[in-house]
Amino acid sequence: MVFWKRTFPLVIAFVMGIVMMVRYFVPHQRSEDLYTLMSDWLIIIAGFAFFIGMFNLLGAHFAKVRRGVPGWGYSTVVILAAAATIFLGLMRDIEYSISSLIGTEINFISSMGVWENIEGGSPFDWVYQYFQVPLSATVFSILAFFIVSAAYRTFRARSTEATILLITAMIVMIGRVPIGSLIWSGIPDFQEWIMAVPNLAAKRGILIGVCLGSVATSLRIIFGIERAYLGGAE
Amino acid sequence: LRNSTEFKSEDDRNSTKARLDAAITRLESEVDKRRKEKLAEMKVLEKKRDKLVEKQKKLADKIADESDVIKARKFFFKLAVVRGQEEVYCQETASATAAGDLYHKMKTNNLILMVLFGFLVLFFISRARRDQGLYLRRIAGLEAVDEAIGRATEMGRPVLFVHGLLGMDSISTIASVNILSKIAGKIAEYESRLLVPNYDPIVMSVCQEVVKEAYLKAGRPDSYRQDNVFYVTNDQFSYVSTIEGIMMREKPAANFFMGYFYAEALLLAETGSMTGAIQIAGTDSYTQLPFFIPTCDYTLMGEELYAASAYLSREPLLLGSIKGQDYLKLLLMILIVLGFVLVQGLVGWDIVNWFKPF
Repeated sequence: MVFWKRTFPLVIAFVMGIVMMVRYFVPHQRSEDLYTLMSDWLIIIAGFAFFIGMFNLLGAHFAKVRRGVPGWGYSTVVILAAAATIFLGLMRDIEYSISSLIGTEINFISSMGVWENIEGGSPFDWVYQYFQVPLSATVFSILAFFIVSAAYRTFRARSTEATILLITAMIVMIGRVPIGSLIWSGIPDFQEWIMAVPNLAAKRGILIGVCLGSVATSLRIIFGIERAYLGGAE
Repeated sequence: LRNSTEFKSEDDRNSTKARLDAAITRLESEVDKRRKEKLAEMKVLEKKRDKLVEKQKKLADKIADESDVIKARKFFFKLAVVRGQEEVYCQETASATAAGDLYHKMKTNNLILMVLFGFLVLFFISRARRDQGLYLRRIAGLEAVDEAIGRATEMGRPVLFVHGLLGMDSISTIASVNILSKIAGKIAEYESRLLVPNYDPIVMSVCQEVVKEAYLKAGRPDSYRQDNVFYVTNDQFSYVSTIEGIMMREKPAANFFMGYFYAEALLLAETGSMTGAIQIAGTDSYTQLPFFIPTCDYTLMGEELYAASAYLSREPLLLGSIKGQDYLKLLLMILIVLGFVLVQGLVGWDIVNWFKPF
C-alpha cells in the first residue's frame, strides 16, 4: 500500500518533471505535440474531478439538512438551485434520452423551439445572465468600499515608513486624476515616475524572488525532497 | 374530360381518357426513371466528393505534421546584390535541407542557470545534512502561526485556511498545501477545529488526505472530520461569498490566506479583519500583496511562501534548497549591478536618464 501511496506518485512526479524539463529545451514538433497532449489530459482530468467536487458539495449539504443543523435552510437553497440549474442545462438531452428509451419521440421541450441546452437564449443561459452575472458583479463592487476602508486604516503617519507610504500614495492618487495637473503640472509626471521606476523595481525584485522560489520548489518536488503534498506521513 | 363538349360520344371520351392516363403513366415512369438516374449520379458525385475531402484532410494532416520541418526537401537560393535599380545575381546556386532542431540554442543561458542552480541546491543540501544549524532569517508571519492557533484554541473558535484560486498544477498551491499539513498537525495537537473551503475539487482531495495524515501523525485520528475540508464552487466570487459567510457565521479566530489570489484578496482580508481574527497571508501574486499587507497582521511575500515549508519543518533537505536559492539570488544581484555599471560606462554615466521612465 505504501508503494501506491508514496513511491508510485513520487516516481510519476520525477519522470514527468524531467520529461517536461527536457521538453522546454527541445523545439521539435514532437515536443510541442507532447505538451499539447499533456494539456489536453489535464483538462480531461479536471473535467472528471468536477464530479468529485459536486458529490462532496451535495453530500455535505444533504447531511446538514438531514441533521437540521443551524443554517440548514441555506443548504436547501443550494441543493434546489443546483438541481434546477442542472435540469435546465440538460433538459433537451433528458428529452432525447427518454424518447430513445421508450421508443416514442417526445417533443414537449423541442416543440417550444426556443433553446438548445446551454446556448444563448436557453433557460440555462438566462439563469447565468440574470442570476450569476449580477450577483458576481455585486460582490465585486463591494471591493471599491473595502479599498476605501483599507486605505483609511493604512494611510496613517505612525512611523517613518508609514509616512513615506502616505505621501507616496497621495501623490499617486492625485496624479492620476485631472485635479492633479491643475494643482501642479509636474504631479502626473512625478506619479508616472514613481510607478515606472521605484515601484517597478520593487515589483521586479519580488518577481525575481518568486521565480527563483518557484524553480527551487519545483526541483524539490521533482526530486522527491518535498513530499508534504502527498499526505504528510514520512 | 367530363364536361368537355369536343367528344362525339361516351366511347370517344373514354378512349381519350385512357390515352391520357397511359400518357400520364408513361410520363410518371419516365420522371421516376430520370429521378432514379439523377439520384444515382448524385450518389456517385457524393462518393467522389467524400474521397476528395478525405484526400484533402490527409494532405492537410501531412502538411500540419511537417509544418515546421519539411523532410528531405531541398531549398535552393541565390545571392543577389541590389543597389538602387541595379541588381547583380551570383552565378552559383546554393541549397539547404531543413531539419528539426533537437536543442534550442537560444535557451542555453537558461540551461546553464538551471544546472548551476541545481548544483547549488544539491551542494547546500549535502552541507545541511552535515551542519544542522543552517541559519534562516526570522519570518514573522511563520513565527506567529503557533500564536494564531493557540489563540483560536483558547477562544474555542475555528481556524480558517484558504489556499487561493489556482489548481494543484500551481507551485503556490503546492506550497500552501505543505503549510496546511504543518498547521493541521498543530491544530490536531491542540484539539482545535480547522475549516478548509476549497475552490478546486482536486485540491480538495489532496487537502483531505493531507489533513487526515496530519491528524493521524499527531495521534488524533478520531478528531478528524472530513466535512471540515469541503468543496465550495469553481466560481471566483461565489467562492468569496461563501468564505465571507463562513467568517461572519463561524467567526474563526485565525485566518490563513496562503496561495495565489486575484481580486478577492481584499474582500477576504477585510471581512476577516471585521470579525477580529488574527490574519496571516502568504501569496506570490505581487498585485495582491499591497492589499494583504495593510489588512493582515502578517504577510509572507513571494518566496517566503515557498520557504514556509522548510521554515516550519526545519528539515535539512529543505533548508539546504533555500540556501542554494539565496546564493543564486546573490549571484543575480551581483550580475545586475555589474550589468548596470557596464551599461552606464557605455553611455557615459548619463545620470539625468536615471530619472526618466522607460
